[in-house]
Amino acid sequence: MNLTTALARLLIFPGLLFAVPAAWFFLWMERKSVALMQGRIGPPFMQPFFDFIKLLGKDTPPRRGVGGMLMKAWPLIAVSAAAGAVGLLPVLPSRGGFEGDLILLLALLELPSMCIIAAGFSSGSIFGEIGSAREAVLSVSYNVVFLLAIVSIAASQHTFSLSALAQLPASPLRLLGVLAIIVCLPAKLHINPFSLPNAEQEIYSGPMTEYAGPELAMWELSHGLEWVAATGLVATLIAPQVAFWGLGALIFVALCFGLVLLLSVVAAATARLQIDTTVRFYWQCTLIFAVLAVASALFMRFKS
Amino acid sequence: MNLWNKLMCYSRRHSPWLFHMNGGSCNGCDIELIASLTPRYDAEQLGVRLEGSPRHADILCITGPITHNATNAIKTVYDQVCGPKAVIAIGSCPATTNVFIDSRTLEGPLSKHIPVDVFVPGCPPRPDAIIQGVAKAAEILAERAGKKQPVVPVVMPLVGPGCSGACACGASAEAKNEEVQA
Repeated sequence: MNLTTALARLLIFPGLLFAVPAAWFFLWMERKSVALMQGRIGPPFMQPFFDFIKLLGKDTPPRRGVGGMLMKAWPLIAVSAAAGAVGLLPVLPSRGGFEGDLILLLALLELPSMCIIAAGFSSGSIFGEIGSAREAVLSVSYNVVFLLAIVSIAASQHTFSLSALAQLPASPLRLLGVLAIIVCLPAKLHINPFSLPNAEQEIYSGPMTEYAGPELAMWELSHGLEWVAATGLVATLIAPQVAFWGLGALIFVALCFGLVLLLSVVAAATARLQIDTTVRFYWQCTLIFAVLAVASALFMRFKS
Repeated sequence: MNLWNKLMCYSRRHSPWLFHMNGGSCNGCDIELIASLTPRYDAEQLGVRLEGSPRHADILCITGPITHNATNAIKTVYDQVCGPKAVIAIGSCPATTNVFIDSRTLEGPLSKHIPVDVFVPGCPPRPDAIIQGVAKAAEILAERAGKKQPVVPVVMPLVGPGCSGACACGASAEAKNEEVQA
């Protein structure tokens, strides 16, 4: 992969030029499908785009000192991390050069939630701090399962390279790991039943309470990009390998589409869980499957 | 007006985010505001979202006759909403203090404290009237577009019966009188 293709991957597909409209589209799809399931008509197609433009044109409250600078920096870091994660997805075939591996993708996927935690604490608002504490607890609970699932996938296929994982045929063990990742996705995307950090009926908007205008627009965008990156990761792991790259990209987009619908159904059908129920769900119910997946992956590895 | 400004105006008109504040209301108007977001009326078609934080909001929806305790809170929340912003007074109470007029616990009407853009009369107003008011406020917001304009409040027309008869306001008293005479 030379510089042009690398840039094209980062900036065009599946990078920024594809990811930003896709992020808005996924945000719209989530809102629209929830509305349809509730018997409403829901927002118009361009809604997330209008929201974004409107937020860009709003004032922000004055922010002074180091705290203020940090508050401005967090959403930008979150957006760039999420965009980088999308750019790493091996949708198009690449030859040599820089290829991020699974570990880099995981780090980039984790950065936005770290930024949310830091943003809540640096805003100084009591609701922001409660939201950040909840986000931290949520992150600790789902990440154990999420990382174990990733480890089981990598161990069963003997590689951490994303493009190698995308090209290898999916084994039953990998599907088990993918299932565990899908269970973690609602918590990663803060949608029901794990919408604890931004529980608007309890703690206003959680870590986002003090954000306004363009900064809030960046948070919305990073949330949308997280949708694209998280669904894209799962789509990469389950998409069958096809010879023609255009068809491969089409299958990738269709799988992402299906995942967004699935997650929206879950979000519309469930209510918010309490924090201790959430932790118990991940540490008691889901952890067993993740541990089983890792154990069997390692066992098969030593056997072969 | 260049393209960016046109796009901005269009976006402002199509994405009004609300923050709801109770200024000592009896909860009647608050229920109607929530009803306007439910499946029957579905204000989200206009891009309306009820936000948790005043920092995120464009339109401040205030109900109630503005009690003494609520006055400072309302001023604080009004300052917390980032510009450009609009204010809707929902119901007859914030407009005129309604049946609670001359009460010593009130500091109303609302326009004494903050500039109001749209009045939605009714006790309580119907959800359709509230949605109409929100649409009007979003239009005002788009026209304002960052410029400081003198506020010329708009009074929305009454939609439907206007008074449910649940309160002891004038409208229902007249209606009752007519019923008695008939």
